Amino acid sequence: MTKPAVETNQKELVSKEEMLSLYRLMLLIRRFEESTYRKYREGKIGGYLHRYDGQEALVAGIIPQLRKDDYILCTYRDHAHALACGTDPRHVMAELMGRATGCAYGKGGSMHLIDPDNGFYGGDGIVGGPVPIALGVGYAIKYRGGDQVCVCYFGDGAFNQGGVHESLNMSALYGIPVLFILENNKYAMGTRVERSTHQSDFLLKARAYGIEAERMDGMDVLEIRSRTQSIISNMRRESKPYFIEMNAYRFLGHGVADNPQQQKFYRSESEIEEWKNRDPIHLLGRKLEKMGWLDDSEKEQIEESVKLDVEEAISYAERSPEPAIEALYEHVYG
Amino acid sequence: MSVMRYAEALRLAMTEEMERDDRVFICGEEVGQYQGTFRVTEGLLERFGARRVVDTPISETGISGLATGSAMAGLRPIAEFMTWSFALEAMDVLVNHAAKITYMSGGRVKCPAVFRGPAGTGNQLSAQHSQSLEAWYAHIPGFKIAMPATPEDAKGLLKTAIRDDSPVIFMEHAGLYAQRGEVPDDPEFTVPFGLAAIRRTGSDVTLISYSHMVGSCLKAAEVLEKEGVSCEVIDLRTIVPLDTEAITASIRHTHRAVVAQEEWKSVSIVSELASLIYELCFDDLDAPVERVGGPMTPMPYAKNLERAAIPNEKNVIEAIRKVLA
Repeated sequence: MTKPAVETNQKELVSKEEMLSLYRLMLLIRRFEESTYRKYREGKIGGYLHRYDGQEALVAGIIPQLRKDDYILCTYRDHAHALACGTDPRHVMAELMGRATGCAYGKGGSMHLIDPDNGFYGGDGIVGGPVPIALGVGYAIKYRGGDQVCVCYFGDGAFNQGGVHESLNMSALYGIPVLFILENNKYAMGTRVERSTHQSDFLLKARAYGIEAERMDGMDVLEIRSRTQSIISNMRRESKPYFIEMNAYRFLGHGVADNPQQQKFYRSESEIEEWKNRDPIHLLGRKLEKMGWLDDSEKEQIEESVKLDVEEAISYAERSPEPAIEALYEHVYG
Repeated sequence: MSVMRYAEALRLAMTEEMERDDRVFICGEEVGQYQGTFRVTEGLLERFGARRVVDTPISETGISGLATGSAMAGLRPIAEFMTWSFALEAMDVLVNHAAKITYMSGGRVKCPAVFRGPAGTGNQLSAQHSQSLEAWYAHIPGFKIAMPATPEDAKGLLKTAIRDDSPVIFMEHAGLYAQRGEVPDDPEFTVPFGLAAIRRTGSDVTLISYSHMVGSCLKAAEVLEKEGVSCEVIDLRTIVPLDTEAITASIRHTHRAVVAQEEWKSVSIVSELASLIYELCFDDLDAPVERVGGPMTPMPYAKNLERAAIPNEKNVIEAIRKVLA
């Protein structure tokens, strides 16, 4: 029996159920991120807060198709990655609020979400930080002769750090199954790619290390979903790295402090608006509507169910205790 | 017991642990085909193959990432730095990742990696290759730090390091690699962390040191014995964890202390030890603690300048005379 399906650019099929589940995941991430800002303003979330608004397709297009024994690493803009890995939103919110029930028991915070049970080996506060770590995680896969993959997300700004280059070289040298996902959202904090990177063709750079590389539309979750499927299954068979540059955009500032006033120093409102016209959630929503798989009332239902999840996450986190003071000295050593 | 060199004892520890546990592997520059810059890993590639003895590019960040990430994913890597001076290239991976991942994850992910290689001063290697940087790592919560002074400890401490679930900074001393000594053959022989060794008992003054400097303290003790001065020599073996009990017990008995190491003297392990002694044994002391350390200069090349920059037994003897005066 053939499932109802949509043909994407790559002639691969994504079922209706899967499309709706990607839609819901991306909406959950968006609404979750919006709520983190409210909670930050209320003083319930501290530290730095980096939101993923606009980049949801980069995680939704890849992570849900992975196995639980695969590994995912990323940088500090990591709430979306945790949610896509299947980390309970309540445990993510509790971590953001520094509670004992957080996914890192309140020790990590926004930049250090982690959930090894779901394959999520962490956000990372250092832009190029996860890349050398992914090299080692990937080596462990190869060492054990497994067919898992390690997916490592990092940004365009990270590409000017030495460790990224060392790791690209070594992953190719040893045939390590790391899928490098360059989240090219055009800005390293407030510095546009062209102002920091003389050779801004990132595919050329990955290929210079002997790594197969391609570019994808970071706003089109179906394109990412279908094109990465064969890449990942090839990696499982052949144990080698692969590099994807995602043409993406950060709708908001780098962090909360990078407010609209601050952003005027480095980018225009019209540029932001132009990208928002290709909002990944709306793009998928329109496609679903066109297929007749999503009407207004179904949309409203999804919106309501996501809202409930976010409200429950907040309520759970706010009800949760802070870590016991003795926890200060716990887990310093292994 | 077998008599062997310090470098051979290290190799024996790695060989035994690799035989015992398939998760243990070695990575680093020239560790395989070249047989190790200091021959510490000689023969291991032939014995264990390229999967477990990994020759790497000159990429200390990459090497440290290979070790840290694979440890997080369940292996027990041993990363060799050709010298600890080169590990400066890898500080972010070591300090911000290896040392902290256990804490940041609330204990959900661990990093049982050993980072090892030669440290210390000497041989006219000058400013960028001749230095003792253990205080950098001791400042960071999360690392354990071992610095063996004898072949027996080289084997026993390295085996403990490999079995430990924390990242271990394992600093060998290039000046000790050729030193011979008796080493237990038992593959289950280990030396626990946090247990100092009393290398010589005495009643007038306690000398506290580790690594190569233990030898200088023993020489100083021998010289002063002829003058009727009785020195107790403590080899700390590990800086973290620190055997404060051994230190305080000895000082309660001798009432005088000299702390000595070939690192820069300011903001150093010897500073920390002196401070701890004042906190823990102030009422037991009959004289201020003397610190022996290097001058605050980069390591010079010229022989005479280098001699003046590396603390030796003469500096220890001077310090002992001061605390006895």
